[in-house]
Amino acid sequence: MTNIIEPTRLTKKDFETDQDVRWCPGCGDYAILATVQRVMPELGVPLEQMVWVSGIGCSSRFPYYMNTYGFHTIHGRAPAFAMGIKTANPSLSVWMATGDGDGLSIGGNHLMHCLRRNLDIKILMFNNRIYGLTKGQYSPTSEVGKVTKSTPLGSADQPVDPAAFALGVNGSFVARSIDTEAQHLSEVLRRAAKHKGTAFMEVYQNCNVFNDGAFDSFREKDVKAERTVRVEHGKPLVFGTGNDKGLRLNPKSMQLEVVKIGEGGVGADDVLVHDETNSTLAFMLARMPYPEFPVALGVLFAEERPTYDGTVVEQQAAAVTKVGKGSLQKLLNSGSTWEI
Amino acid sequence: MTTSTPVSDTTPHRHVIKGAVVRFAGDSGDGMQVTGDQFTAAAALAQNDLATFPDFPAEIRAPAGTLYGVSGFQIHFSSQDVFTPGDAPDVLVAMNPAALKTNLRDLKQGGLLIVNSGTFNATNLKKAGYAENPLEDGSMDGAGYSVLAIDISKLTLLSVKETGLSTKEANRCKNFWTLGLMFWIYGRPMEPSIKWIEMKFGKRPELVAANIAALKAGHAYGETAEVSHFSYEVPKAPVAPGKYRNIGGNQATAWGLLAATELSGLELTLGAYPITPASDVLHELSKFKNFGVTTIQAEDEIAAICAVIGASYAGKIGVTSTSGPGVALKMEAVGLAVTTELPLVIIDIQRGGPSTGLPTKTEQADLLQAVYGRNGEAPVCVIAAATPGDCFYMAIEAVRLALKFMCPVFLLTDGYLANGAEPWAIPDVASLPKIEVTFRKDPEGFHPFLRDPVTLARNWAIPGTPGLMHRIGGIEKDFNSGHISYNPDNHELMTKTRAAKIAGIADDVPEQKIEVGNESGKLLVLGWGSTYGSIREAVTRCRERGLDVSHAHVRYLNPFPRNLGELLKRFDRVLVPELNNGQLVKMIRSQYLVPAESMPKIQGQPFKIAELEDKIRQVMES
Repeated sequence: MTNIIEPTRLTKKDFETDQDVRWCPGCGDYAILATVQRVMPELGVPLEQMVWVSGIGCSSRFPYYMNTYGFHTIHGRAPAFAMGIKTANPSLSVWMATGDGDGLSIGGNHLMHCLRRNLDIKILMFNNRIYGLTKGQYSPTSEVGKVTKSTPLGSADQPVDPAAFALGVNGSFVARSIDTEAQHLSEVLRRAAKHKGTAFMEVYQNCNVFNDGAFDSFREKDVKAERTVRVEHGKPLVFGTGNDKGLRLNPKSMQLEVVKIGEGGVGADDVLVHDETNSTLAFMLARMPYPEFPVALGVLFAEERPTYDGTVVEQQAAAVTKVGKGSLQKLLNSGSTWEI
Repeated sequence: MTTSTPVSDTTPHRHVIKGAVVRFAGDSGDGMQVTGDQFTAAAALAQNDLATFPDFPAEIRAPAGTLYGVSGFQIHFSSQDVFTPGDAPDVLVAMNPAALKTNLRDLKQGGLLIVNSGTFNATNLKKAGYAENPLEDGSMDGAGYSVLAIDISKLTLLSVKETGLSTKEANRCKNFWTLGLMFWIYGRPMEPSIKWIEMKFGKRPELVAANIAALKAGHAYGETAEVSHFSYEVPKAPVAPGKYRNIGGNQATAWGLLAATELSGLELTLGAYPITPASDVLHELSKFKNFGVTTIQAEDEIAAICAVIGASYAGKIGVTSTSGPGVALKMEAVGLAVTTELPLVIIDIQRGGPSTGLPTKTEQADLLQAVYGRNGEAPVCVIAAATPGDCFYMAIEAVRLALKFMCPVFLLTDGYLANGAEPWAIPDVASLPKIEVTFRKDPEGFHPFLRDPVTLARNWAIPGTPGLMHRIGGIEKDFNSGHISYNPDNHELMTKTRAAKIAGIADDVPEQKIEVGNESGKLLVLGWGSTYGSIREAVTRCRERGLDVSHAHVRYLNPFPRNLGELLKRFDRVLVPELNNGQLVKMIRSQYLVPAESMPKIQGQPFKIAELEDKIRQVMES
């Protein structure tokens, strides 16, 4: 812990701690941790300049395994702690690990406000569609009718889609990836790191104990080409084995539709080209019903906007420029006073 | 108005009096708070000692003329020391029937009622619940007070006629007409208020002209009408030499926090969610970004405290300001600050509870919440301010203790202190003690829960410090490494250590002193918080009548000052008046095993001096 290493020479090992990782064997969290630790050295951020913040849940153990500064806080409130840390010291690189329960159930309010404020932090939401740490209750992202210990007859509530939620509350960067796809997740992490503002990343993560195989129908090798579409700015929204399918906008229904390229007069030009600055398109991609449509993965939306912490700093600097550095004695003597 | 001697040398028609209590009461749209503020400024300029308290309805714009829409402002000014805004008014100014109905019962025997008869029409009388006009039905004859019934509404309209204002706008000037009359009664100069009007309404010259005209007309009315037997002079109060200003409790709290940033050299982050009566701390601090202050209006009470714990973790002074319901929401986060041992100040500006309770009224019912209201063994430091001006010093003290002991500190004030104001000797900032802060820099042998052997405070290593990367959180930590630990013996050791750290604060704060009276005797009246002025005055009066009673006021509520137990035992009996159902008294009984007696009051109103005097007498006779 006492060695200070140049950021340019950091390796994956430098980001590992001496703590035993205590997730269940086979948990998707291991893969995410490994990918994060592999990508972090590329960012050129010194260890001491990085802070990992989390709430409560399996995913929220994450900071204990990152050899940076870390704060394991209380359930659902990580975005609020992150707001205080980042505004107190905007030079820090602040990252947050959360889950579907922590981030969207108890912490939905804070997540919403963090996203709309555009605080310059990076949020990884591990979505396993289940409560793991409390041993298997349904979560706000569980499908309707989910049978769990707390819902023996099936859950009655409609789920929320994390990416669509983030777009709906005016998030400036929204992406999706999968725990087991190290390369894809790495690219999303790199993009998020570069984004100035709240970068929201939903990562589909398998809970092999309480919700095993939740994403197998689109993440397994033999199905993923047909069941997922990899979105990339400026590239056509094509998918399928041999990229033979695409997404097209039906101008009459104002809805996306899946088309087969080369069939029924559909040419490659008819397929939509992904524009990550188009929030309407991003919302449609995030909300595509599955399995009628593929699952959209990648950077759905990215837009540069002023950040909350940046504006706070600007206001402080402007105040000093306008009236000078504050003096308490001057303030106490201001206004109506009298001598005796 | 307690003594009234006509003097003939300098002011032939003015009666020199010790002091007076004046209450302005009117509809919430009548501008009574402005009138009160201006009248206060004049009393301060005349070098009277004074205390004020506004009493306004919870509704922002309650329907006109209703009983629940009445807004009041009381001021006690005197040529002697003033400790409270006074019990009963000597002069009541009632601007409409509703104001008369809700306030008349408080008017002192022999007092003066000034009433705007122009508003006593059928509609307003009905809204106030009067079957007959009380100004005409003879009910005030022989009631033991003088009545000046003046059609202020009509006289105001006449006085501003030339300015061409609409009747509605012209009618709004009646508070300045009333102020003018009151200025004449107490011999105050009008110039400062004229200047204020010019500044306030500068963009609308017609309003400047009208309000000044109304003010002068009210003053002239006093001079020409037959009210000369109601003209008084209150001489200067014998106060220590120095420079003074008026200060309100919330303003003093905010300025104390600014002082703490200057004295510690640390920047400050305030996180708050709007709540009555605490919002003014947020408003006030938001003005001072050039002091290195960051204010965050968070999405809720929980986010407000979590954000500032984050700021503390990053090396700032983290402060959250709220009232009782907000504290209830914040408690899980306070527990996190307890176990992560981060500095944190929670300002609870108490109001009537439970739940929404009485949002605009005062109460002291959050003491037990602050001291005990968390899951697990989670001791914190709790201190309380005694007067509006004391809020300044106690805010500095809260920050000092939080930084020195790396712990959450509750600062308790209340609605009465928050909205009350008093003249305040401006301190010399250079003479205020500096607050020493050391961040850990040395990686050698570091772990986050290394402690100072004396204070038991852990070392503070902030993000950005090379070589000191570490993780903290809500899970129990190993005493020797700071790593998470589920070891049973370690949990007990850490729990005891956190408790010992808080208990040790007693060695760092002043011993409990007696405010008034002997160091031992028959009865000790033990108070805390905003009841200071009333208790002090009541005990002083009882002592003047020969009763063996003393007053001590507790500013440090957890831990108590180290000598408090010994001090209590020097008295035969201990009486604890509180604006709650008996909270400090429970703590005193359980900690010191003394049979302290409780005097609760839970009416959303401060203690009256008279009711304290009665109780003291009753206890001493029993």
